[in-house]
Amino acid sequence: MADVLTYVLHFQGAFNKNSLGAVSEGAARAQEIGGQCHAVVVGGEDLSDELCSSLGAYGATRVFRAAGLEGLAQPVIDVMAKVIDDHGHSYALFGGGLLGFEIGAGLAARKQAGVTMEVTQVRAENGKLVAERPILQDSKVSVSRYRGDLGIIIGRINAFETVTRDGGSAEVVDVDVDYSPWSNQATMVARGEQRGADVDIEGADILVAGGRGLGKPEGFELVEQLAAAFGGNTAVAATRAVVDAGWYPYAAQIGQTGKTVSPKLYLAAGISGAIQHKVGMQSSENIIAINKDANAPIFEFSDLGVVGDLNKILPRLADAIKAKKGG
Amino acid sequence: MKICVLVKEVPDAAVEKRIDPSTGRMDRSGEKNLNPYDTHAIEAAMQIREGGAVQVDEIVALTMGPESAMRALHKAVSLGADRSIHLTDPALAGSDVAATGYALSKALASEQPDLVLLGQQSDDGECYTIGAVVADHLQMPSLTQVIKMDVEDGALRCERQAEYGYDTVQVRLPAVISVGDAINEPRYPSLKAIMGARKKPLEQVAAGDVGIDPGLVGADGSRVQCGDFHDPPAKAPGQVIEDEDTSETVDKIVAWLEERKLI
Repeated sequence: MADVLTYVLHFQGAFNKNSLGAVSEGAARAQEIGGQCHAVVVGGEDLSDELCSSLGAYGATRVFRAAGLEGLAQPVIDVMAKVIDDHGHSYALFGGGLLGFEIGAGLAARKQAGVTMEVTQVRAENGKLVAERPILQDSKVSVSRYRGDLGIIIGRINAFETVTRDGGSAEVVDVDVDYSPWSNQATMVARGEQRGADVDIEGADILVAGGRGLGKPEGFELVEQLAAAFGGNTAVAATRAVVDAGWYPYAAQIGQTGKTVSPKLYLAAGISGAIQHKVGMQSSENIIAINKDANAPIFEFSDLGVVGDLNKILPRLADAIKAKKGG
Repeated sequence: MKICVLVKEVPDAAVEKRIDPSTGRMDRSGEKNLNPYDTHAIEAAMQIREGGAVQVDEIVALTMGPESAMRALHKAVSLGADRSIHLTDPALAGSDVAATGYALSKALASEQPDLVLLGQQSDDGECYTIGAVVADHLQMPSLTQVIKMDVEDGALRCERQAEYGYDTVQVRLPAVISVGDAINEPRYPSLKAIMGARKKPLEQVAAGDVGIDPGLVGADGSRVQCGDFHDPPAKAPGQVIEDEDTSETVDKIVAWLEERKLI
């Protein structure tokens, strides 16, 4: 048996897109090694039979449902470890995101399994799954092969495409779990709190994004002026670092724990281009990066890179674009 | 309360990183430094101590690595740790993430900390998971990427960004917390602290001293084998402009935009 077990995260009655990608990927790869794809869900009343069985449309044949705390890793590790003990899955697959990393790594410890994170591709090789992950700032790709009974694969965000099929309905199995004492040491006080104004960046044709290189919260004024110069369907976006620092609202955040965008133009101002940011914007049609550090990783994946001082370039660029549009 | 901080020596940001083709491991030669993310973990420990909500008896820095890794401990001590432990053993070389987490957890278990802190990622390996591995071995809850942490009634109130926004989680100790770089601004060590760092206790321990099962560490004990290193699909390199004359630079950007009908 070579079954694949995935974890499907949910919030307010809807499944996470990256988790659904993991189910699709798990189903496709399991088939290649003669197995099935199953899913684990952990939560409360909102996990209805109907919602759970709908995972069949993504390729899961069985859904293991456990009542427990949502949004924390430890309870899910307990559930997945029990399901794997009872059913003998060969692989555990996660769609990335914060919880996927935590659960996958904790499960690796619990089950003495190998784990690979930031995986961008999974393939079958001699009846086993191998995982490919980019390393060294994405300049190389490394291939992981697993020893032992269980291999754990944690995808990079957006790595696995969501694929639906007609008429799929998964069998829903309730699992009774005795949670570990340490799983009960953490409780959720507030989940999914939005901070700052609600802005829409996902539908924008042009995004002007700011990062820590802006130097101070007021640096966003330059970014906003440039966005205004572009006009039309242009919005302002931000990196996690500046959102966490309170410079810009959470709703404008791009990247691993923020939004994924693919506008016609992405202009990154003072953004170094960490992997967590890159995964949220790399499919933009055109990328311009302006940064004073010539070694910033963002220059590796921008179409036009400008090495220079934002404070000098941004205002004059805004003026030039305004003049062009007016003329 | 006893706090252990996990630290790591990483290649300096300016050193070009590569895989050594003969070993298939990262070439860790060249200038090294304390992982910048770890300085936030030490600072977080110092702020708990100075905050006064709980008495911190000891802050202990722990690293695993070859002889040179000792320098990361000196740095950690200069930033505020009281003493340090260097887990070093040829048997540990080549350990994957899961094996490294197991080895660190054994060294931590003999210290019996109330709180284990670490940085959210290492600058070189680009993985965010060691804390979660360590926590499960120690049978402690774990949170990663915490950006605000307050001691409240002997528990930690932690905030972080998760998939759907900001989460606030109450964690009873003992626990393993990995902190994000937004949690604080690490202080600079004083000259006196730098000079004094070498005088603070530094204990070297081998795998056997902390009960590490040799079958579960090193390249042979690791459950993942990495290999077949290759280049990613080539992407045409972008054009780069060095800004010398800003008017000229702006003209070039505008022309580039016009060419692509973006304005």
